[in-house]
Amino acid sequence: MSTTLQFECETGNYHTFCPISCVSWLYQKISDSFFLVIGTKTCGYFLQNALGVMIFAEPRYAMAELEEGDISAQLHDFDELQRLCLQIKQDRNPSVLVWIGTCTTEIIKMDLEGMAPKIEDLIGIPILVARANGLDYAFTQGEDTVLAAMAHRCPSEYKTQTKSLVLFGSLPNTVAQQLTRELENQGIKVSGWLPETRYEELPSLGPGVFVCGVHPFLSRTATTLMRRRKCQLIGAPFPIGPDGTRAWIEKICQVFDVQPKNLDERESKIWESLQQYLTLVKTKSVFFMGDNLLEISLARFLIRCGMIVYEIGIPYMDKRFQASELKLLEKTCHEMNVAMPRIVEKPDNYNQIQRIRALQPDLVITGLAHSNPLEARGITTKWSVEFTFAQIHGFTNARDILELVTRPLRRNNHLKDLGWSIIVHKN
Amino acid sequence: MKLAYWMYAGPAHIGTLRVASSFKNVHAIMHAPLGDDYFNVMRSMLERERDFTPVTASIVDRHVLARGSQEKVVENIMRKDQQEKPDLILLTPTCTSSILQEDLQNFVERATSNTHSDILLADVNHYRVNEFQAADRTLEQIIAFYLEKKFETQKTEKPSANILGIFTLGFHHQHDCREIFRVLKDLDIEINQIIPEGSLVTNLKNITKAWFNIVPYREIGLMAAVFLEKKYNIPYIAQTPMGLVQTASWIRQICNVVNDSLREFAQDHLHLREVEAEAENNKKKYEKYIDQQTRFVSQAAWFSRSIDCQNLTGKKALVFGDATHSAAMTKILVREMGINVCCAGTYCQQDADWFREQVQGFCEQVLITEDHTQVGNLIAKLEPAAIFGTQMERHVGKRLDIPCGVISAPIHIQNFPLSYRPFLGYEGTNQIADLVYNSFTLGMEDHLLEIFGGHDVKTVITKNLSTDQDLIWSSSAQTELQKIPGFVRNRIKRNTEKFARSQKIQEITVEIMYAAKEAAETAS
Repeated sequence: MSTTLQFECETGNYHTFCPISCVSWLYQKISDSFFLVIGTKTCGYFLQNALGVMIFAEPRYAMAELEEGDISAQLHDFDELQRLCLQIKQDRNPSVLVWIGTCTTEIIKMDLEGMAPKIEDLIGIPILVARANGLDYAFTQGEDTVLAAMAHRCPSEYKTQTKSLVLFGSLPNTVAQQLTRELENQGIKVSGWLPETRYEELPSLGPGVFVCGVHPFLSRTATTLMRRRKCQLIGAPFPIGPDGTRAWIEKICQVFDVQPKNLDERESKIWESLQQYLTLVKTKSVFFMGDNLLEISLARFLIRCGMIVYEIGIPYMDKRFQASELKLLEKTCHEMNVAMPRIVEKPDNYNQIQRIRALQPDLVITGLAHSNPLEARGITTKWSVEFTFAQIHGFTNARDILELVTRPLRRNNHLKDLGWSIIVHKN
Repeated sequence: MKLAYWMYAGPAHIGTLRVASSFKNVHAIMHAPLGDDYFNVMRSMLERERDFTPVTASIVDRHVLARGSQEKVVENIMRKDQQEKPDLILLTPTCTSSILQEDLQNFVERATSNTHSDILLADVNHYRVNEFQAADRTLEQIIAFYLEKKFETQKTEKPSANILGIFTLGFHHQHDCREIFRVLKDLDIEINQIIPEGSLVTNLKNITKAWFNIVPYREIGLMAAVFLEKKYNIPYIAQTPMGLVQTASWIRQICNVVNDSLREFAQDHLHLREVEAEAENNKKKYEKYIDQQTRFVSQAAWFSRSIDCQNLTGKKALVFGDATHSAAMTKILVREMGINVCCAGTYCQQDADWFREQVQGFCEQVLITEDHTQVGNLIAKLEPAAIFGTQMERHVGKRLDIPCGVISAPIHIQNFPLSYRPFLGYEGTNQIADLVYNSFTLGMEDHLLEIFGGHDVKTVITKNLSTDQDLIWSSSAQTELQKIPGFVRNRIKRNTEKFARSQKIQEITVEIMYAAKEAAETAS
């Protein structure tokens, strides 16, 4: 039994969503924005299928679909983009346009960053460029690229006498409110969020502004805030699960020289309220195949709940940005007296499935491509993408995480005596 | 560059993957960046597939951009060869690999020498063809590849057919296939092979044993059928047996093909007169079968005669979908049910001429477009009583309060029903009749509502597309509006407002409502 965390790296042949999927939650969060994904039919097909019904509600995003003429540079991309952006301005009049660069714009080296300021001047709407492509990033990292671009557009803050705090990471408004209030209860005022509900309300940044992330996948944004906006980063575990939320608040309090109050009580009350779920998950084993970068935080929370984590697959592991979270994971394993899970970066899904077959975990947290086939083989799964769309942050929402985690367990408890848990032919 | 929100047909590689994963023991390796393997999700979710989708990606990332992907692709092919031992590995290019312009064919050749599986590079150009065209081409390519190696020259003893073009993620394909199977069995025709769904590439050499090929859907399979006719002299039937009239003519075509084959083979071993007798016998047998099925097995012929269906006479419908389903549906509605199709359309632009020719004389207007907003606007303008279209038209219908029956891809998970729901053959005619009937407001209900002024007297909620802020409805006009049956109320409201605007009238009174009605009647 190893006493420190083991890191491995596999082939990177794994299934995840394309990072352009971030438009689906970001356009809803930033209500005066418009996202233009500059890519091919492949990108469009992914968006329309992955985002399902949302497409029918006149979303504030669209494809700038590249055609053969664009690829072979027969068409002038500047004129083309200007034409489309003017049309969007006429139809929707957004406060900000976000261009999402894709694999294709990377490969043909379309100079989006160069064109954006010029077209911005011509049409009078700010244009942000985020290269959320599948060559470099996985799924939730798309949000990271957008927020990093947005960090440049935040107004500057010069008064450095008082410490101010800006939180970064896109959360549904109610959840952002809840976290803000948790900190206010400790006497810490949150001076703004990146992003806010409206582009025009972006928070001020500058030296002396403390920033703290709420998602584990925001390492570029963190770097940008530190290096380009000279903010001070508070490295804390992420407010996922009551243990994470508590550690997150404590760390912020520590930086702001505040003695946290009532945290013990607050945390234990939450744990108490989770009791009925905890009895379900206790000593059950979990395997994270890895596709959205929330894995470390979720695994840490589930270990605290009494589960055993065999493997944490993760697309990309920023050991610096996630340092506090990793430390908390290690500490949690010691305190719960369980083996350290192996952390597999850039996993290989084929190998993972062999390991799953050997280990027979009670729950596999995985993408939709593998869920049904695993279920048919008698292995209980939870669809991982749901964790990115559900409300999982803060004390209040710990219940939602366990609701998700236990749903397949509860369902299978209902069905377990029927005798047909394996629905494929044995070969 | 094109501003696009939604598309009817997917990108080329989806078509290729649909072919590859329909075959048994064929593995596709996509040359694609991370996240492009969304196909696996669709197959696993929509089709509720129990097995792992045999598609992996050879990931194109930064390192590949810098160094080329040769080693990686070759290595991935060899690895997959060892892990799964597939019969065929199909290297699938994507939009990304199209522009990288690497010599994928060369990678295939390099890998081939080290693998037990056959390796093929799918010959599709992402920027020129869509999902359907790519699938069509890939199917032809795979068949040609295996027949070139070896093919059987002996025909089956009894008449037999291949069914070409049954796919994963196809619209009711599994059910249609079963129905075709049933009809052929009734006609004493053996199924030689069903391709590609569930078949082995190693069996493709037997494809030539069939007397003829059946291509149920124009979009995918036709290319392979044409190829097999040209090169191996196997005739094909590309008619879609959808609806009573088309199914009958499809069976007659089968009869002709079988009889022609009999005559052709006869020169070798049967006396010509005996063959003619058998052909004549076949003809009688098939005609009798058509008659029996039409009048007694299928309920559709009786349904359209029954008094209930009278209420559908002259009702206005709009049809949109792929070329196969849209054309067939248009003909069924007009010819077999007496419904008025105000517009028939398809997004299969590559097949526009065929489509026009098919629906000519059956509809008032033909629409060929890939732009869903154009379809939506036309629906809003024409205000049909029902729509038969894809999922997108269903959503347009929801917004405009017009019922919609889904008859074609693109589709969602609810269009992969668990129960038996063919669209083809005689059981298909029953399913379609139900779909049509349930889409229109029930006849008797319709009648009663008109007599008694409707049971739904809630205040009108405007879901329509008109901007009606500038118009005032007088209270008496509002009361009058409430008396109109719920399902037509919105339409009458819109018509009245349209009329009021055209006359520059601000307040709508009962008189204006009647005037609008008269104007509408004289106009039509």
